Amino acid sequence: MEMALTPVAKVTILGIPLSLFAVLIPLIGISAFCYIMARRLIPLAKAQPDPRFDRPKQRLKYVLKFWLGQYKQPRYLVAGVIHIVIFAGFLILSIRSTSLVIEGFKPHFVFPGLGGFLGDVYNFLKDYAATFVLIACIVAGIRRGIFTPERYKVPPKYGKDHTFEAIFVLGLIGTLMIFESLYSASIVAAQKQQGLHAEFLPPLTLSWIFAKMLGGTSKGFLQFINTTSYFIHDSVFFFFLCFLPFGKHFHVITSIFNVFFAKLDRGTVKPVKYGVTEEELDNLPYFGVKYLEDFTWKNILDFYTCVDCGRCADVCPANAAGRPLIPRFLTIKAREYIFDRFPVLGEIKPKEPLIGTIYEEDEIWSCTTCGSCEEECPVLNEYINKIVDLRRGMVDEGMVPQTLQKPLNALAKRGNPYGKMEKKRAEWTKSLEDIDVKIIGKKAQAETLYFVDSATSYDERANEIARAVVKILNACGEDFGILGKAEKDSGHEVRRFGEEMLFLTLRDQNIDAILNSGCKRIVTADPHAYNALKKDYDGIPPVEHISEYILRKINEGKLRFKPIEDPNLVFTYHDPCYLGRHNLIYDAPRKVLDAIPGLKRVEMERHKDRSFCCGGGGLMLFYEPPEEEQRMGQIRVKMANEAGANAIVVCCPFCLTHLEDGVKTTGFEGKIQVMDLTELIVKQLIIE
Amino acid sequence: MSKEIFAYIEHHDGVLDDSALELINAAKKIDESANVVALVFGTGDNLNKACEEAAKTYNTVWKIDKADLAYPNAELIRPMLVNILPKGSVCLVPHDTFGIDLAPGLSVKMDVPYIPDVVGIDKVEGDKIVAIRQEFSGQVHTHVETDMANGIVITIRPGTFEPDESKGASGEIVDKSADAGDVEAKRKFIEVKEAEAGDVDITQADILVSVGRGIGEEENIELAEELAEALGGVVSCSRPVVDAKWLDHSRQVGTSGKTVKPKVYIAVGISGAFQHVAGIKGNPFIVAINTNPKAPIFQVADVGVVEDCIEFLPVLTEKVKEMK
Amino acid sequence: MEILVCVKRVPDPAENEIEINSDGTDIERDDLVYSVNEWDNYAVEEAIQIKDKVGGSVTVVTVGDEEADEVLRREMAMGADKGIHINDETLEETDGLGVAKALKAVVEKGNYDLILTGAQADDGAAQVGGMLAALLDLPYASLVNYIEIIDDNTLKIGREIEGGNQEISEIKLPCVLSIQTGINEPRYVGIRGIRKVAGVEIPEMELSDLGLSEDEVAPRVKRLDYFIPEMGEGAEILEGDMEEVAEKLVELLKAKGGIK
Repeated sequence: MEMALTPVAKVTILGIPLSLFAVLIPLIGISAFCYIMARRLIPLAKAQPDPRFDRPKQRLKYVLKFWLGQYKQPRYLVAGVIHIVIFAGFLILSIRSTSLVIEGFKPHFVFPGLGGFLGDVYNFLKDYAATFVLIACIVAGIRRGIFTPERYKVPPKYGKDHTFEAIFVLGLIGTLMIFESLYSASIVAAQKQQGLHAEFLPPLTLSWIFAKMLGGTSKGFLQFINTTSYFIHDSVFFFFLCFLPFGKHFHVITSIFNVFFAKLDRGTVKPVKYGVTEEELDNLPYFGVKYLEDFTWKNILDFYTCVDCGRCADVCPANAAGRPLIPRFLTIKAREYIFDRFPVLGEIKPKEPLIGTIYEEDEIWSCTTCGSCEEECPVLNEYINKIVDLRRGMVDEGMVPQTLQKPLNALAKRGNPYGKMEKKRAEWTKSLEDIDVKIIGKKAQAETLYFVDSATSYDERANEIARAVVKILNACGEDFGILGKAEKDSGHEVRRFGEEMLFLTLRDQNIDAILNSGCKRIVTADPHAYNALKKDYDGIPPVEHISEYILRKINEGKLRFKPIEDPNLVFTYHDPCYLGRHNLIYDAPRKVLDAIPGLKRVEMERHKDRSFCCGGGGLMLFYEPPEEEQRMGQIRVKMANEAGANAIVVCCPFCLTHLEDGVKTTGFEGKIQVMDLTELIVKQLIIE
Repeated sequence: MSKEIFAYIEHHDGVLDDSALELINAAKKIDESANVVALVFGTGDNLNKACEEAAKTYNTVWKIDKADLAYPNAELIRPMLVNILPKGSVCLVPHDTFGIDLAPGLSVKMDVPYIPDVVGIDKVEGDKIVAIRQEFSGQVHTHVETDMANGIVITIRPGTFEPDESKGASGEIVDKSADAGDVEAKRKFIEVKEAEAGDVDITQADILVSVGRGIGEEENIELAEELAEALGGVVSCSRPVVDAKWLDHSRQVGTSGKTVKPKVYIAVGISGAFQHVAGIKGNPFIVAINTNPKAPIFQVADVGVVEDCIEFLPVLTEKVKEMK
Repeated sequence: MEILVCVKRVPDPAENEIEINSDGTDIERDDLVYSVNEWDNYAVEEAIQIKDKVGGSVTVVTVGDEEADEVLRREMAMGADKGIHINDETLEETDGLGVAKALKAVVEKGNYDLILTGAQADDGAAQVGGMLAALLDLPYASLVNYIEIIDDNTLKIGREIEGGNQEISEIKLPCVLSIQTGINEPRYVGIRGIRKVAGVEIPEMELSDLGLSEDEVAPRVKRLDYFIPEMGEGAEILEGDMEEVAEKLVELLKAKGGIK
C-alpha cells in the first residue's frame, strides 16, 4: 500500500534514524520496569508461604468473573461503570499500543491475524475504546477532583490526600488516548490529501475528529504530528508502565494475579503458619504477624493491589461507628511502609514491629470480622486473615486489652467467657416446664445434638433462644439432647481474637464431647458456633443452622403457624454476618418468615451480603474501644427504622442483645421490637 | 481482765475521721470495762483540735505532737507507737489505707498477734479473742482466734461498729510527745495529688448511686448526683447509660466496665442484667429502685423500692439531708 | 535492679461462686478454679516494666503446695526470670506472720533492691507485705499505684488513698512495696506462653532450707471456721407511701454505713 507519510521507522533527523529511539525507548522502559518489578518482588519472596495453587479451575472462574467480568464494580454504580469502560478500553488498546511500539522500528507491523477483516473490526473497536476511555478519564477526573466522594477522603492522621496521584494517572491515560488517536488521524489525513487509500475511521471517534481537524494542514505538518505523536505515545506508554508499581495503579498489573490467588473459602481463618502442623506449633519462635515479613506473600500482593477505592471503608461498621479502624488504611499504610522499607533505589531498611510503627493496638482490636470489607473489595483483598494474624502477634506479646483478658482467662478456666461455673451451663433448661432436655454423652445418646454455645447458655436474655430451640425440636418430634457441662465455648471468637492455642484446646474438648454423644447430626442457633463447627472443626457430624432446620421442617409439613395477629407489625430480617456473608445462608430465614401467614416483611437497604454488623459476636461483648461515636447496634436499629420496620428478626444471640441494646439507647423502646427467629417461630407455632 | 485498750484516732487537719467514734465501741466489745485511750498524732493547732474533739468521746487522750507529722506517715508513727505503748497493749486501728500501711508492721515490731480487717468481735474469754473476718470479697465470713495476753493489734473495718455519738466524756489530754522519741523514716511524704474532677474512681467508692436506663433522660442523672452528694457517695451506671453517652465509660459497672466493691450500692432504674451485677463485688448492701417489681435486680438486692425513680429520688435526697 | 515479687495462688473470685463445705471447716474447693492473686499479677507486671527500663532481674516467690507451681510458671511466662517455690506442709497451717517469716528467709538468701507484694488477696488480709518489711527492717509503703525511679537509692511512689487521691512520697531502697491494682496494665499470658516455661526448673524449698523451725511459723492467729451470714431471699420490698418508704430507706442506709 502506498503511504503518504514516511513511517516513523524510516524517518531520520540529521542523519540519525528515529527507529533507533523507537528501539531504545522500549528497551529502557522494559529494563526499568523489570528492575522495578524485581525490587517489588523482594517483600513477596521474604514473606510467609501460602499454598494458593489449588483448585485452578475455580481460580480461573474467579479471574473470568471478578477480573475480566469486573463483577464487583457495579456495586458502586458510577465509579463502577467508569472503571469498566477504562478497563475494557485498556484491554482492547493493549494490543494496539504494543503493535504501535513495534511499528517504530518495523514499518507497517501488524499482529498476525489482525491484517484482514479481523483487523478492521479491531480498529473499529479500538478507536471507540480510546474515545470512551478519554471520556471516562475526564468524567473520573472531574468526579475525583471536584465532587470528591466521601470515601476517597484521607483523614490527616493517614497522610496526604491521594487525589493528585489519581488525576495525574488519569492525565497519563488521557495523553495516551489522544496521541494514539493523533497518530492514526495524521496518517489518514495525509492519505486522504494524497488521494490514497485511507483507513476507515469510525465516526465521532477521537481519530475521526482529529483527522477532520487535520484535513487542511500541510503534509509536512502531518508528518511532524505523526512522528511526534508516536514518540509522545511511546514515552508516556513506558513511563506509565514504570510508574504503575509506585502507587495504587499497581493494580493494573497485579489485580489479575490477586484475583486468581484469592481466598476461596468463606468463613475460614488461615492456620498460624502454612506447613506447620498443630503439633509443631510449639516449635515456632512466635505466632502471628509482628513484622512485615510475617505476612504471607498473598497478603503483600493484596497490599500492592489495593485500588484505594474506599469501598471497604465505606461499608465497614467499625469505621461507621467511629472506631479507630479504616480497612482501606490498614492496606495503604502497609503499602507505603513496604515502599519505604524496600525502595526501588537504595538499601532495604531494617524491620520494626508493625504495632506502634504503622498500626495501633486498638485499630486491630476494633474489627468485628464481619467480612463486609472483603465482600465489597473489587480485587478480592482479604482483611480477616490479616487482622487475625496481627492479633495472634499481639496475643503472643501479651498485648491484650484488660477488658478482654478476663473473658479469655475465664474461657481457659471455665470454658465460657463469663467465668460462670461449668455445672450451670444447662441451668436454662430448668424453667422449661414440660420438656425434659436430655444431656447426652457416653451414657445417654440422641440422634441430634443441639450445640448451645456460651452466650445462649449463660446470658439470661439469650437463654430464651435456647428454650425456643428446644420447643421447636420437640414440636418436630426430634430425638435430641445437649452436651451440658461437657460443652465448652465453640472458640469461634477466641480463634478470631488470635488466641489460637486456647481455641485448639476448646475445639478438642468439644470434638471429644460431640463424638462421645454419638449424635448423627448437629443443630445450632448461634451462627458463630455454626461457623466454628462447620469451618474450624474436623471429623464431626454434619451441622445445620436452626433456620435451615426450621425451613426443612416447614417443607416436610411438620411446622405450621398461626397468622401474625398485630396488623401494624412490619418485620425486617437482619442478616447475621456469620450466617449470611460467611455462610451464604440468606434465603432460609427469609423463607421461614414468609411461611408465617400475614407476615409483612421489608428489607433494609443494607441486607444480605451488604448486611451491617450488629457490633460483633463473642468477645466483642467485652471489648470497649477507646473511641466510638455510636454503637453499631444503634446504627443498625436506625437503618431498620428507615426501612419502615418495627420488628427486627435476628438469628443470632449476639445480634439479639446488641440490637436490643440499640433499641433501648436510641429512643425506640416500645416502638421497635427485636426477636430471634426461634422466638417468633415458637410464638406463632400451632401445637397439635 | 481489764487492760488498757488503745484506739488510733485518725483525723484530717483536725477533723476526726468517722472511724474515731467507732473504735471505742469496738473496744467496748472486747472489754466493756476497759479504759480506752485515744492515740492522736499530728502537730500544732490541728492536733489540739483533734485531741479536744477526741476527749469528748475518750476518757484519756494521748497527744503526740511532732513537726513532721503534719501529714500522717505510718513509717514515722509506727516506731513512735512502739515507744509509747505499754507491754500487753491492745491496739485498735481503722482498716483503711492508713491502717493497712501501719498495722501489720506494728504488730511485728510489738511482737504481738495481728487480726486485720475485723468486722465483728464474736467473744473474748480471758486472753482468748475470737473475731469475725470476711474473705472472698465478703462471700464468706470466718471466725479467727488468737491469744492477746501479750497484747494485740487489730484493724477494724470502718462502718462495721456503731459510732459513739454521745460525746459523754471529758477526757484528759496527756502529752506523750517526749516518750514517742525522735525517729526518722526512710520514706518521706511529699504531697497529696487530688483526684481530678470528673475523674471519679468508682472502684474505690464506698457508696455508689448507680443509674440505669430507667433514669430516662440525661437531665435526670442530676437527681442521682444530688442523692450521691447527700450520701457522700458517687454516681456510677450501667452500660446503656454509657452507650447513650450520658456518663463517661469510667463510671460503668459491669463485665465490660468496672468491678466495684462498695459498702452500699443503690441501683436506680437498673434492671440487673448479669453483665451489670457481675461487676458488683464485696457483698454490699444493695438497694434497688425500679418501677418493675419483676426486675432481676430485686433478686440480688437487699431492699427494694418499687417506685418511679424520677419521682422517688428527690424525696429520698430530701430525707437524707434532713437526717444529717 | 534485683526485684523479688511475692505471689500467691488463690481461688479466682471472678470465676467462682464461693460456697462452704458441710462442716464449715473450709470452702468448697472442688469446683473452684485458681489463678494468681490479681494484685500480685500487677506487682509482677510492674517489676517486669522496671526491669525493662533499668535492667536487672525479676524473681517470683510463692509459699504454697504442689499446685502453686502453676502461678510461678504463669508469672515466668509473663517475663519473670526466676521462680522460688516454698513448699512445706507446716506452712499450710500458718498465718500471715509465718508466711512473712518464710519470705524474709528467702529475701536474706538473695540480694534484692526491691521487694514487691500484692496489696491484698481475696482470701487474705493485706498484711504480709507490711510484716515482711518490719521483719527485714526495711521501709514500707502499701497500696502503691505509681513507681518512678529517681536514682539508684530512691524511688518516688504514689499510694492510693481514700477518695481516689494519691499520696506521693520518696522512699529509700531497698524497700518493700505492696502494689495496688491499676498501677499498670498487666500483659496477657496465653496457654502458649505457659507451655514455653513448662520445662524450666523451679527450686523448691522447705522450712529447713530456710533455716526456720516449725515453732517459728506456728500460727498465732487461727481460723476456726467459715460461715455465711444469714441472708434473706430476694429483696425486702419497702411498703408505704413515698415519704414513708424514703424514711425507712434512710434508716437502713444509715445503719449500713451508706451515709457519710
